[in-house]
Amino acid sequence: MKLLNFFLAIIFVFCFTIGNSSEKKNELKNKISKNIRCLICQGQSVYDSQSDFAISVKLLIEQKLDKGLTEDEIYKFLKNQYGQWIVYDPEFNKNTVILWILPILLFLIGGAIIIKKLIIKK
Amino acid sequence: MKNKTLLILILLFFTFCFIVFFKGLKNSNIYIPETAQNKDLEVFSSKDLFTGTQVPFDQIFINSDFYILNIWASWCLPCRNEHDLLMQLSKNKSIKLIGLNYKDKSKNAKKFIEELGNPYSIIITDKDGIISIRLGAYGIPETYIIDKNKKIIKRIIGPLNKKLLKEVDLIVR
Repeated sequence: MKLLNFFLAIIFVFCFTIGNSSEKKNELKNKISKNIRCLICQGQSVYDSQSDFAISVKLLIEQKLDKGLTEDEIYKFLKNQYGQWIVYDPEFNKNTVILWILPILLFLIGGAIIIKKLIIKK
Repeated sequence: MKNKTLLILILLFFTFCFIVFFKGLKNSNIYIPETAQNKDLEVFSSKDLFTGTQVPFDQIFINSDFYILNIWASWCLPCRNEHDLLMQLSKNKSIKLIGLNYKDKSKNAKKFIEELGNPYSIIITDKDGIISIRLGAYGIPETYIIDKNKKIIKRIIGPLNKKLLKEVDLIVR
């Protein structure tokens, strides 16, 4: 009886570990597919879309995760195939410099105008 | 005076927007990433449509100076329209035409080929579409011109037409 309990405990731990790891993999897959743009859809991520393109990309992500690739490696692979446009979070380089700096500039200019107006009012 | 300057600035802004959007109208709406051309082809292997045997990469791309990889499916209407042009291309002996059958039922794919003719030297299958994504494809039909070093020279998104066929001819020459 003790032996049976022991084996049942091992099986329980084993199943729990497998379930936990597949859940983690699924979470990571969802996270990556939310950051990937569906290139043939209008404003949808791969996660949201059910197009052929999105379904295949999701399968590819799963395959790459099974092979042991990291999140960054998967983004790098997709960027290499489809260009920067496929990721929602473009990296900082000479082509995207305006994209990154413009909001900060606008914020600073706006802030300066507001402060100036407040000072004048006082 | 202040109002006049503001008016001029607004007018300038709208003129600028108009010019940008007007120019944008003439741009092609097909997005082709810079990385898509002049790069090494992804290594893949797949099953032959007719025999069902696994064909390794080295056996798919063998014995030719130029390869044309065409992604197609029997359910895709533009593929049916470009098929005649592929039949014409197949007459060129310096090209090896490779068909990648995308998310298709093999019965339907075979029927399509029986009906319209087989321009391909080999047809491999892509049941779940992963090979196409690894190649960087958006949808079908899509055509890749590949040189003997397995580098993608040109990529054509959408169906082939006579003008594109001439371009392919020039590249292959």
